[in-house]
Amino acid sequence: MSSTPLIRIRGLKKAFGEKVVLDGVDLDIEAGTSLVIIGGSGSGKSVLIKCLLGLIPFDAGEIEVGGVALSGLRGRQREAVRARFGMLFQNAALFDSLPVWENVAFGLLARHQISRREAREAAIGVLAQVGLAADVADLYPAELSGGMQKRVGLARAIAARPDILCFDEPTTGLDPIMGAIIDGLIVDCVKRLGSTAIAITHDMASAQRIGDRAAMLYKGRIIWEGAAADLLNSGNPIVDQFTHGRREGPIQMDVRR
Amino acid sequence: MLLDGVAALGRATLDVCRFAGRLALFALEGLSHIVRPPFYGRMFLRALIEVGYFSLPVVALTAIFTGMVLALQSYTGFSRFSAEGAIANVVVLSMTRELGPVLAGLMVAGRVGAAMAAELGTMRVTDQIDALATLSTHPMKYLVAPRLFAATLALPFLVVIADILGVMGGFIVATAKLGFNPYVYLHNTLTFMQTEDVVSGLVKAAVFGFIVALMGCFQGYNSRGGAEGVGSATTAAVVNASVLILAFDYVLTEMFFAR
Repeated sequence: MSSTPLIRIRGLKKAFGEKVVLDGVDLDIEAGTSLVIIGGSGSGKSVLIKCLLGLIPFDAGEIEVGGVALSGLRGRQREAVRARFGMLFQNAALFDSLPVWENVAFGLLARHQISRREAREAAIGVLAQVGLAADVADLYPAELSGGMQKRVGLARAIAARPDILCFDEPTTGLDPIMGAIIDGLIVDCVKRLGSTAIAITHDMASAQRIGDRAAMLYKGRIIWEGAAADLLNSGNPIVDQFTHGRREGPIQMDVRR
Repeated sequence: MLLDGVAALGRATLDVCRFAGRLALFALEGLSHIVRPPFYGRMFLRALIEVGYFSLPVVALTAIFTGMVLALQSYTGFSRFSAEGAIANVVVLSMTRELGPVLAGLMVAGRVGAAMAAELGTMRVTDQIDALATLSTHPMKYLVAPRLFAATLALPFLVVIADILGVMGGFIVATAKLGFNPYVYLHNTLTFMQTEDVVSGLVKAAVFGFIVALMGCFQGYNSRGGAEGVGSATTAAVVNASVLILAFDYVLTEMFFAR
């Protein structure tokens, strides 16, 4: 394990108006690990990933990727860091107006200046890696099931062979079997590429399948970090309540009766 | 009570200033991406066809009926002063200077501006715009710049067609219903029409095209809150573009023709 983490987050803060979402997040992610970040709905998991990808600016703190601080980066420097990431969005976020192959090859066309014919062939190859046949390539996203859309989203995320892969709720909206299939594909892809993976989820089965490390985000901070295998037996009362889905415990949900 | 009123007025003023500032920055960024590579030719052509070609029927119908009504109404008014001969002048001046660009702008705002806001708004709330950014593609460059450029170029072409059809509408009514001599009517039309009339209308059209695309893209790009947010963005795009078209019409008319 290297001494310098690939991703280093220190004192990260983000608020929307008066609502504080991230309140001093500290997190190190070593190269080659698969980290799962768990937390309740609205706990700021997606905001954390979006800050990491530079999609939304953070208010305070710092994020370093490969020793490069993100704050203050602009233009091509920012783009160079962002090109290291691949992202699977919660609802796949496929481009409705483009066929599947063009969705998958979008990053290749944008980054590598390859011809459309080469991009299409590359896209069909990547689709095969996520278990989709070549005849899917010419369909449009609206013609696909939710599971197929997730697979295409995964294919798009890995097409440019990024060294950091992010997954936002990869199994949300899928049945348990399809969820397990997507998790399996994610693990295969991460191993094949040798990438570092960051997944956010509140699906415990998915978290244990994908991650070898886990962290819990609660009230804007990382309150626990450990092996993903220990998620159900962490010894932390907050994590235990969350992972076992208990109503009683230190986490008090704002539920209006 | 009085202070509450002043505070509300102050807040509204600040909101307007904030909106104007954000819109101006958005427009400047969009313009800067039009002239900086990489260029997305396919997106530009797609937008050009959407704005120019598919808006043609609605603009053409609007123009031809407007020209016909203009001839009828002008005849009603001018016949009281035995000035029917000025109808050709009124129709061609009104169409080229004002009604061609304004009506085409309003029609395109309703058709294309709304579609742009809905498309970009949906892309925003379904994370597609964020996805673009993660794929080494600047969303402003890929989504906004081609639409701004295409609408700015397409509207003058639409207005040329609107001008021709509007004048033709007036010609049809004047000759078929009001009994004008076709040769004389056309001769009067060509005699009265000046280059300045057409050019000013085309400049207006380019500005209106830019406004329509700007408001559609701005409202869609910044929409929030799911389907309701997209609906609000679409409505705001059409209303804002329509009001701005009418306001800029006055400003440009003042610039071109105020003596």
